[in-house]
Amino acid sequence: MQDIIRSIEEEHYKQDIPRFGPGDTVKVHVKVVEGTRERIQVFEGTVIKIRGGGLSRTFTVRRISYGVAVERTFPIHSPRIDKIEVTRRGKVRRARLYYLRKLMGKKARVKEKGRY
Amino acid sequence: MSKQAQAILGIKIGMSQIFDNDGKAIPVTIVEAGPCKVLQKKNQATDGYHAIQVGFREIKENKVNKPAKGHFQKANIKPLRHIKEFLVENADVYEIGQEIKVDIFEAGSKVDVVGTSKGKGFAGGVKRHNFARGSMGHGSKYHRRPGSLAAKGPARVFKGRKLPGRLGGERVTVQGLEIAKIYPERNLILIKGSIPGPRRGLVMIKGSVKA
Repeated sequence: MQDIIRSIEEEHYKQDIPRFGPGDTVKVHVKVVEGTRERIQVFEGTVIKIRGGGLSRTFTVRRISYGVAVERTFPIHSPRIDKIEVTRRGKVRRARLYYLRKLMGKKARVKEKGRY
Repeated sequence: MSKQAQAILGIKIGMSQIFDNDGKAIPVTIVEAGPCKVLQKKNQATDGYHAIQVGFREIKENKVNKPAKGHFQKANIKPLRHIKEFLVENADVYEIGQEIKVDIFEAGSKVDVVGTSKGKGFAGGVKRHNFARGSMGHGSKYHRRPGSLAAKGPARVFKGRKLPGRLGGERVTVQGLEIAKIYPERNLILIKGSIPGPRRGLVMIKGSVKA
């Protein structure tokens, strides 16, 4: 029975999703429909959460836009996402970065992961 | 009701989600439905009503009793686990042994789903009848009790009073569900939303009466 569910979900899987985790900075290229035209909008920010498994896996990106914090959650396999780019690897010690919500400015930064 | 019986038996597989053409995630229940075989035709002259009797899911021959075995032999069909009747306008358009498959439905059409809900056992009034609950704190000792049963005057409890008792495990129909997708070659139907019963539960899918 699980095989049947998996086989149906597999149809919608994307193969070209880069590896990224909480703390990473990503650029999400979102397809936006404006009237009849479709264009691509880039949403760049820090990944603060990845949850779920299979087709229902989602990730949440947080960014500060004109002083206002914006968090958007995307289904990772959504056909509305054109592309995900990882621009920075963050060094974090937990899976959910909710503590960033309380921090502003310089404190709300995530250290970059060094090479090792 | 249309000529073709818009009904089929199936097994609930489980829930998932798919993306539609707009990229929206829609919740779906996956049902493995059919093929059902027509076992017997009933008509006005012999039975007083028009119906077809169908069976679903093969079963080992040694698991059916003699009368049932004879019934299957008459139709020249291997024994089947579930037998149900569908009312039809005219049973003569069917042939015995004819298979009913998921292709009687199409994506986007509305269906009603009949199933047996999950048994909840002996449930209290809050869960069973949506009674309001008392305060859980602030010194209150009145949490999930049913409250007053009636007025003092009649000196008895009226019949039909909603009280704790057995919940679930009964026939439930959910109307007007949309078919999200169909896989005719794999006997699968994806129905938008949830349907009654546990996984592996038997369900009947029929064309919506409100469509």
